[in-house]
Amino acid sequence: MIDKTIASPAEAVSVIGPGSVILIGGFGEVGSPIELIHALIDQGTRDLTIVNNNCGNGEVGLAALIGSGQVRKMICSYPRSSNSRLFTEAYRAGKVELELVPQGTLAERIRAGGAGIRAFYTPTAAGTPLAKGKEVRTFDGCEYVLESWLKADFSLVMCHTADRMGNLTYSKTGRNFGPIMCTAARTTIVQARLIVEPGGIDPEHVVTPGIFVDRIVQVAEPLREAELIAQGKRYP
Amino acid sequence: MNQENSKTLGWTREQMAARAAQDIPHGSYVNLGIGIPELVAQFVPEGREFIYHTENGLLGMGPSPEPGSEDPDLINAGKRSVTLLPGASFFHHADSFTMIRGGHLDVCVLGAMQVSARGDLANWSTGAPGAIPAVGGAMDLVAGVKTVLVLTQHVTKEGEPKLVEDCSFPLTGRGVVSRVYTDLCVIEISPVGFRLIETAPGITVDYVRERTGAPLNVVSPEVDHASEE
Repeated sequence: MIDKTIASPAEAVSVIGPGSVILIGGFGEVGSPIELIHALIDQGTRDLTIVNNNCGNGEVGLAALIGSGQVRKMICSYPRSSNSRLFTEAYRAGKVELELVPQGTLAERIRAGGAGIRAFYTPTAAGTPLAKGKEVRTFDGCEYVLESWLKADFSLVMCHTADRMGNLTYSKTGRNFGPIMCTAARTTIVQARLIVEPGGIDPEHVVTPGIFVDRIVQVAEPLREAELIAQGKRYP
Repeated sequence: MNQENSKTLGWTREQMAARAAQDIPHGSYVNLGIGIPELVAQFVPEGREFIYHTENGLLGMGPSPEPGSEDPDLINAGKRSVTLLPGASFFHHADSFTMIRGGHLDVCVLGAMQVSARGDLANWSTGAPGAIPAVGGAMDLVAGVKTVLVLTQHVTKEGEPKLVEDCSFPLTGRGVVSRVYTDLCVIEISPVGFRLIETAPGITVDYVRERTGAPLNVVSPEVDHASEE
């Protein structure tokens, strides 16, 4: 019987080794797989390259992973927030490298990685500093920038409901990067609020088909970054 | 221009947003940038319906929820709580930027640091050393959305023109802006540069010209008339 479920977040991320490239889902805190990130902090795996839209908030979740010194490089579109001090400090101290990518280009690079498209031309960023050093080609009188796929060793994603085959649904705007990140990693690790029997998700409503998912762990009541920050908590 | 003048002359932020809303056709799919552009949603003209897109993955975004009824999984691109309107849909980021980059959105309304006479937009970075660069979806929006409207104060806090011959800040996109709505006027980007099409009540053409960093074309006789209303 195919069963991709894993007993704990710690066991789920135990396959992640030093130097890994990891796609982490979430737009701000919404859709962020916080228990998987905390397990990665507990594990202490270093020299990581992390792909996320942002760079975390407060001193929990992704921000805490950066603050713990485990991240060598961030690939993201918007590393600023009202409360992104840990990234700012690490960046200014030269402890973490930043690759800034326009948000849609970030999404498309991940999509292309999952779809086996090695590179693509996009109009985004043509004529701007973010096209510097990249091949630019003119089609029909307009400039397009050559962008490479983005593939990873692992992806960490939060969904709402999963079955043991790896079929997933998401919750509202928590979907964000999840479905494309599941496709672009060698090993996709998902935390789900609910795990149901196969057939428990209507095939018409499956958002991520199970072929893209490798490891699933149930976290029924995930922590909320905003609540932890309001309580002045930090991780660990 | 002193602080007192900037508060008493020209349009308020709400009036700027209301003026921009007048130029958005019924049935448009619209993306509103964070800040002043978000005000546009409060001024949808009678008889028109707009469908709001937020790039984190939602079409059919409604207004802010009542305090206490926020859903932590339902936010906009500014990471603030929003609501759903009937007919709303969720989608992942690649689909969201397919809508943007693929030319499916009709209008986006953005803020600006500078706009050039050719319609270049700078709104993501001052390029200052030590600043943390952050771009988000701005470059994708200007590259793909059919009509890019800009809402901005006419001059900086220091009184420097934001409408300029050439942007000195790093660009978001080249030749992408259609119209600019400021506290003083509405300006169209035309093949010959800035073209003044309307002034706020009490604002003269010369007043705008003195505060604009590039030549101002005035071709509409309605401009002077509007300033006298």
